[in-house]
Amino acid sequence: MTDFPILTAIIATPLIGAVVVTMLPSRRPEIIKAVGYGFTIATLGLACWLLADFSTKNIFFQFVENQPWLPGIGSRYIVGVDGISLFMVVATALLMPLSLLASQRYPSQRPKAFTAWFLLLEFSLLGIFLSLDLIMFFVFWEILLVPMYFLIQGWGHERRQYAALKFFLYTAVGSALMLACILVLGFLHQGATGVLTFDYRVLAAWAYHGLSLTTETVLFLGFMIAFAIKLPLVPFHTWLPDAHTEAPTAGSVVLAGVIIKMGAYGFLRFSFELFPHASVNLAPLLLTLGVIGILYGAVVAAMQKNLKRVIAYSSIAHMGFVIVGIFSLTVLGLDGAVFTMLSHPLTTGALFLVVGMLYERRHTYEISEYGGVWRSAPMLTAMFMLAMVAGIGLPGFSGFIGEFLSLVGTFVSRRPWAIAGAIGVIFAAVYMLWAFQRVFMGKPSAITLRMPDVSLREVIVVAPLLALSLFLGLYPKAALDRIEPSVKRTIVNVELKTGFHEKRPAGYSKTTLPKGVTASESIRLGLGGP
Amino acid sequence: MTPPISTPSINWLAISPEIALAAAGVVMVMLRSVLRRRPITMPLCVVVAISGVVAAGAVEYRLWQVVDHHRAISTVAGMVRVDLFGIFLGVVVLGATLMTLLLSVAYLRREGLDAPEYLALVLLSAAGMLAMTTANDLIVVFLALEVLSIPLYVLAAFDRRRLSSQEAGIKYFVLGAFSSAIFLYGVALTYGATGTTSLTGIASFLAHNTLLDQGTLLAGIAFLLVGLGFKVAAVPFHMWTPDVYQGAPTPITAFMSAATKAAGFAALLRVFGVAFPLYRADWRPAVFALAVLSLVVGSVAAVVQTDVKRMLAYSSIAHAGYILIGFQTATSRGREAALLYLFVYSFMTVGAFAVLTVATRRGDDRHSLDDYRGLALERPIVGGLLIFFVLAQAGIPFTGGFIAKLEVFSAAAQAHQYVLLVIGVLAAVVTAYFYLRIAYTVLTPGEETSSAKPLETPRRVDVWSGLVLVACAALVLVVGVVPGVFVHWARDATFLL
Repeated sequence: MTDFPILTAIIATPLIGAVVVTMLPSRRPEIIKAVGYGFTIATLGLACWLLADFSTKNIFFQFVENQPWLPGIGSRYIVGVDGISLFMVVATALLMPLSLLASQRYPSQRPKAFTAWFLLLEFSLLGIFLSLDLIMFFVFWEILLVPMYFLIQGWGHERRQYAALKFFLYTAVGSALMLACILVLGFLHQGATGVLTFDYRVLAAWAYHGLSLTTETVLFLGFMIAFAIKLPLVPFHTWLPDAHTEAPTAGSVVLAGVIIKMGAYGFLRFSFELFPHASVNLAPLLLTLGVIGILYGAVVAAMQKNLKRVIAYSSIAHMGFVIVGIFSLTVLGLDGAVFTMLSHPLTTGALFLVVGMLYERRHTYEISEYGGVWRSAPMLTAMFMLAMVAGIGLPGFSGFIGEFLSLVGTFVSRRPWAIAGAIGVIFAAVYMLWAFQRVFMGKPSAITLRMPDVSLREVIVVAPLLALSLFLGLYPKAALDRIEPSVKRTIVNVELKTGFHEKRPAGYSKTTLPKGVTASESIRLGLGGP
Repeated sequence: MTPPISTPSINWLAISPEIALAAAGVVMVMLRSVLRRRPITMPLCVVVAISGVVAAGAVEYRLWQVVDHHRAISTVAGMVRVDLFGIFLGVVVLGATLMTLLLSVAYLRREGLDAPEYLALVLLSAAGMLAMTTANDLIVVFLALEVLSIPLYVLAAFDRRRLSSQEAGIKYFVLGAFSSAIFLYGVALTYGATGTTSLTGIASFLAHNTLLDQGTLLAGIAFLLVGLGFKVAAVPFHMWTPDVYQGAPTPITAFMSAATKAAGFAALLRVFGVAFPLYRADWRPAVFALAVLSLVVGSVAAVVQTDVKRMLAYSSIAHAGYILIGFQTATSRGREAALLYLFVYSFMTVGAFAVLTVATRRGDDRHSLDDYRGLALERPIVGGLLIFFVLAQAGIPFTGGFIAKLEVFSAAAQAHQYVLLVIGVLAAVVTAYFYLRIAYTVLTPGEETSSAKPLETPRRVDVWSGLVLVACAALVLVVGVVPGVFVHWARDATFLL
């Protein structure tokens, strides 16, 4: 490990890119595009470096940087990465250049503003996944709204204004409550210990014994609403189909690929460590919401007439699996959830990209307008099919591993929910295959027959995603080795803090910390101190 | 032989900022009467006005040095008290005044209102505001209130050709005079209960005596709150705000929304913080109600407006609600938050109104949302700045608006004011909605059918207005990115006694 501040470099690169883009002349779109690629690929390169340098031995945060930022408020610039955030960073960095490449022809108008907002979006996403200070986390969480709002609003489809506003308001309400909870937590800590800090690790080591159960539950619920809206869990989900459908292709890819993972990430990172009692007590509630999401998402997806809406609702179902896996409160379930969070960007990203290619050719997402696409565009059909089977969990692709682990974990600890969730897997095949049939099979219309097949650029956009999904499906250990230490730490911490016992399959020994890590070290998340 | 009248000793340095402004105002009026309508009159007056503000600013800087190293200066028999709190808000007032003057130069020429009286009135009003920031006696507060208000009544009605400006002037005058009377009544009742009008005097009287009948004092406190609540445009004393903000010449709207609010809050914070800290339990619930009402009414009513100036007027009411949160906590963190908020808010709001000033055409009467459609596409820099200022007011991170809101919410969380905290964050979402509506409108191309382009004159922004825009944007951005030093200043300025 070197002293190079790699995490800061990862966060700053897209920001610098955005600033550079705004200073370029808007008459030279080719330079703007090149700069956009340059900075997103540079970020991806840094993320790959991070992946290579990431140690599987350290269960705490790596590459931590800690600098004063807002002294008056007690907030510091603290970034760090562990197994839970590592792959979110990599997935973000991977999707960005591909989405930009996919948007090369469409949208054609105002490429400068588009690229600048897009880089700003990447900046905020990376900041979210790397922040270890709650105020800083909130700042990135909030700033994300701006580029996303303007991307949907400026480059979306017919009802973009409505969708952008709905997206903004839903998320803003959630984040407003989260801010209130963050501040309350920080100042309760100050009242109890005299130290004003929003360092997540310090608060996590204090909150489980410093808060009354009522306070903990209220704060948990405040955070939960923010995360549930982003995820989205079912009663809070109505912004998602609109936003996904109206956003430009690149926006949909990022929304489905990374933004909705922010909620799941929030639960994993913050809810468990900060509010362990409430997490354990309210797990049945979230499991139920997750199962409802799986079933509801699948049923509604099957009914959609718009291809993008099908995928949007399928995302709700997939996120249902994630939340079920998380609140199974087992190592297997959490592994599955984090794995799905890595796999879903690949498969859904690929699906949205292929659908975007269809749109570029026919300018519609209506399923009834299509039919028989395979005749004129066999390669496109093949790409969609691969992305689809990867997404619905065909063994051999990454989607399967994630869902399987989530369900196994849930089966061990909460059997009824696992059984209900498993039914959703069947539904997933129904809605996707049905949509596939109606769009790609059958007799083509005259216009469809004239549709060109994919270009090399389009293959380059989708191929890496599918290849990675296949690789992870065949060799999940590559990712799980890096995910599992942090997941185990999370579960052990919940056990240590609440006296809860993780349910394990018969014959499996209790989850333990690696040798040389004491319980108190684990509770303090590796932070030094008494 | 009659004994000599004893006059209190005066520390002239302490009251020089007010003197500088008032003197510059008087000089301008004299220049006007001597030089009449010569072409040189107006430029000369502009120079005098700006020199006056700069001189006052220089004195404030000197005072800052003196007060920072020694202790607060109390002078004119304790009626004026120059401390870091007063200087901080004095600087805010002077900043807003300077911006207003710079903004007015091109505005007056465009509107054909070349009248030096305008500049003189701005300076006299600003002198009243400065007096307000350092007033340590209820009588001085009242005098300052009148000195700042009367020129503003005239300024609001300054655009003689426009009926809405006349209406604004009359409305502001009638309601303003009424609120001044209420304030004066509050002063009288307080005097009746405590036997003094000095703020420190009241505090020490209340600390050493127990009032058998508190009714008089409580009524006095209530009237003082009403009178000052009117000046800061807190609901339910906000009725004048939308009409006056909409009708007044736009630079004056900027001046009122920034400087008047700073002066009003200076008096509120000082009177209640110095004179009535022991009666906290009595006035805090009232301020709580004002804050909640201001937040709810300000943010919700702004949503349904179609005129940008009215929208910003309601948003300024919501901003007053946030500042009141800081005031309500009655802690030093709360005061710090209120001060920082006032500082940031002044430049955000002046910036936004400055954009309106330069974006509209001659006549200053086309401010409906439709008139701003596509502004950012036709004039990217002006439109972009408007988007920046409204996003800053919405509290988007990396702008000063975010830091200000964060400070206010922190203060509420620390003081366990959870209801205020939740209402505050939710009101922020509602306000974000209409700020986004402005941003969205500015970014959407207008319909081709409207042949007359609404925003055609003038195409170029003059140097002085440009300077105002850049300075405001830079300040708001700097506070957002490196807030440390500003938070530090605000913290230093919170110690009232």
